[in-house]
Amino acid sequence: METKTRAKRNAFIDAGACVACGCCVKVCPLGAISVFRGVAARVDASRCVGCGKCAKECPASVIEIREVQV
Amino acid sequence: MKKRWYDYLWIVELIYMALGFFNILFAWLGMLFFCIPLIISLVWGTKGYCNRYCGRGQLFGLLGGRFGLSRKKDIPSWMKSKAFRYGFLVFFFVMFFQMLWNTYLVFAGVQNLRQAVTLLWTLKLPWHWAYHGTLFHPGVAQFAFGFYSVMLTSTILGLITMVLFKPRSWCVYCPMGTMTQLICKAKSPKGNIVTE
Repeated sequence: METKTRAKRNAFIDAGACVACGCCVKVCPLGAISVFRGVAARVDASRCVGCGKCAKECPASVIEIREVQV
Repeated sequence: MKKRWYDYLWIVELIYMALGFFNILFAWLGMLFFCIPLIISLVWGTKGYCNRYCGRGQLFGLLGGRFGLSRKKDIPSWMKSKAFRYGFLVFFFVMFFQMLWNTYLVFAGVQNLRQAVTLLWTLKLPWHWAYHGTLFHPGVAQFAFGFYSVMLTSTILGLITMVLFKPRSWCVYCPMGTMTQLICKAKSPKGNIVTE
């Protein structure tokens, strides 16, 4: 049987433009994002499944969902 | 996700805005919304207020999200630029100090109490129904009128950008948010270098 492998997706944050409001933290179903020291949000890549909820919620639209090489 | 007590702080924000219609002196309570975020950022170096306790952010999230009063479009890039965010912070400061100056003039007896709420820094709305005299100096009331003007103006700006862009667009240029982030950046050992 042929198995299809789908590329893993992850959320990436443009930390320089992040306002650290924490909207992304609230919507993440996996608790994969945290606001680091009140400066910018950070993604725990091992927990992120790239669902995109954070990117949709982010008021500054600084989160991007990209495919990653595993 | 399980709701915590602080997920209901939008009710506090609603009550605060409503109280200003009945007795302007309640506007003084708004000092809490200014002091708590500053204390959290200064003591713990986090944006815990924005992240958890900001009732205004929650209210915009609720109205724009669950009630669908938002186009959910991207905010224009100039609005999230550092120039605009810091510029708005400075503008806000100037307006705030002007308000403090007016309060001082009433305290000093140079100016009489003006029972008006100034909307968007220009429109003077009559607001006399919310003032019934007080045991305190008229200056105390003048500060309340001025402070409530700040709160109402920013709520209206927030509502406009909520409708136009994402629900919590206000968070992008909120002066308190910008200020607490700057404090956190200054306190962070690595400065503003954040690695992914």
